[in-house]
Amino acid sequence: MSLEARGLTFAYAEDAAPAVSGVDLELETGELIAVVGPNGSGKSTLLALLAGWRRPQVGEVLLDGRPLGSLSHRERALQVAYLPQSVVPLYDLTVGEVVASGRHPHRGPWGLGNGGDRAAIAGALAATATTQLAARDFGSLSGGEQQRVLVASVFAQQPRWLLLDEPTASLDVHHRVAVLDVLRSAVRRGSGVILVTHDLNLAALFADRVVLLVEGRRHAVGTPTEVLVQPVLEAAYGPELIVVEHPEVARPVVLPRSGLSR
Amino acid sequence: MSRRRRAVVLGLVAAAVVVVVVAPLVGTVPLRPGLVIEAIVHPAAADPLAVQIVSLRLPRVVLGLLVGAFLAVAGASFQTLLGNPLATPYTVGVAAAGSFGAFLALAWPLIGRLGPLGAVPAQAVVWSAFELLLLAFLARRARWGGTALILAGVTFNFLFAAGTLLVRLLADPFRLQAMDRWLMGGLDIVGWRAPVTVAVMGLPALVVLLAVAPALDQLAFGDAVAHGRGVPVARLRGLVLAAGAWLTAACVAQAGPIAFVGLLVPHGVRLLIGSSHRRVLPASVVAGAAFLVAADALARTVPLLGRGAELPVGVITALVGGPVFLLLLARRSSANRSSIGG
Repeated sequence: MSLEARGLTFAYAEDAAPAVSGVDLELETGELIAVVGPNGSGKSTLLALLAGWRRPQVGEVLLDGRPLGSLSHRERALQVAYLPQSVVPLYDLTVGEVVASGRHPHRGPWGLGNGGDRAAIAGALAATATTQLAARDFGSLSGGEQQRVLVASVFAQQPRWLLLDEPTASLDVHHRVAVLDVLRSAVRRGSGVILVTHDLNLAALFADRVVLLVEGRRHAVGTPTEVLVQPVLEAAYGPELIVVEHPEVARPVVLPRSGLSR
Repeated sequence: MSRRRRAVVLGLVAAAVVVVVVAPLVGTVPLRPGLVIEAIVHPAAADPLAVQIVSLRLPRVVLGLLVGAFLAVAGASFQTLLGNPLATPYTVGVAAAGSFGAFLALAWPLIGRLGPLGAVPAQAVVWSAFELLLLAFLARRARWGGTALILAGVTFNFLFAAGTLLVRLLADPFRLQAMDRWLMGGLDIVGWRAPVTVAVMGLPALVVLLAVAPALDQLAFGDAVAHGRGVPVARLRGLVLAAGAWLTAACVAQAGPIAFVGLLVPHGVRLLIGSSHRRVLPASVVAGAAFLVAADALARTVPLLGRGAELPVGVITALVGGPVFLLLLARRSSANRSSIGG
């Protein structure tokens, strides 16, 4: 199962500089792919393009070799789920309702459910450790719990590809790790996860591949040990970083240089 | 469906049935149930006065059912379409445009009728449709989301309100009372033409909105989430705007801009049975219909300080709906971080 970007270029306005420019990617399921880069490097825009939410002005996205735009909306949603940044439901909903809403593409006209609904919802709640929250009001949860519930709604959709925009932003370390563990479990079951994140260390410890964007362009793609190295990161983020090795595993850790001596 | 929800839905339906049965009995001249049944079943043998009164009240009850149901569903749909719980069927400006058309026809009766429509509803529909087309064209061109649509709607509201004032200024002063009365909204029609026209215009749009209820549930999470779950967002937004505005135009043309039904009923329903559109839209049909017919029955019953005139139903819905909505707002804002105005 492949998701491919061919020469993607996208600008938000005709006279604006492109947010994403000439990006080529070939991604396979069974991997967790982290999209990283400085602020404004086009990470979220790239994810929106891969999800079909934005249409590129140049280039195309191919899902198993078929242009994404040639699929019906429903066909696409059965394959590719997309969770944008900061989701705020308009009305009061219970956690169970939020998770169940992920079943939409599996339902027939008039929203009638199918047999798999209950099992998929229960499975999604269990996988994200939110079963005990099911009857709670979504708005009453903490930020970390809300993120887990939103990830559960993506799980309930049972797609091959999970495209998530900063699902761990605003979470503490413990909850970040919890969400990433859940995403790794999806990868083990054969899904592909594409994750936009600011957190280079999370990418280093959980991703199979890292896509580094700089000013809308593909700067580097590879394993964390290939991409998260001093010269590559310096070109993207400037000289204020040092890369060391994690004490437990052979993965890089990126630290800011100390400001104390300045 | 939980037991509580089922009880609420049964209660709503029962209330609607009671309202429909009682409404023809009440008014300036109260009638006994026996007289009303006789007047419907055996008009030839019945009391002629009762027959006459029933023939006035029945179409009015039916119009109230339709307008109440349509405005409530249009309001519920627009709140989601515009991403703002304070939206009403009138937010996008179709009602202001319709009022402008109605004022033209009221001020200068030479301005014409259209097919089966009398001059006032005809002009209201034409101007509402004109406004809707213009709004849809602009929204499509600039790919407007909820906030831009609201701002454009507010602008159209101001423009047509200014036009309405201008017509009022230029009109023959003895027509002013009819114009002001129209603006309050009312169901005081004669005969079956108005309810039949509203039904023919509105029922297809109602079916469309009920059919897209599951997609509206997704839209309530935001356009991008809805897209990710397979909703054709642009098409859905166009459809809901057109269907909701057309429902509103049909109602306003016959009954004037009746206030608050489209705001109060959907929120009341959501408080009772949760916010899934698959439940909210059908329940709004029942609750909106019952609410407006009940308000109209009240309007017919409360004597207007010996002037022999009826209270306009729009005044009743506003007087009842306003305070209730303020209570609702106060309650929700304290309990909920962002749902209203957020």
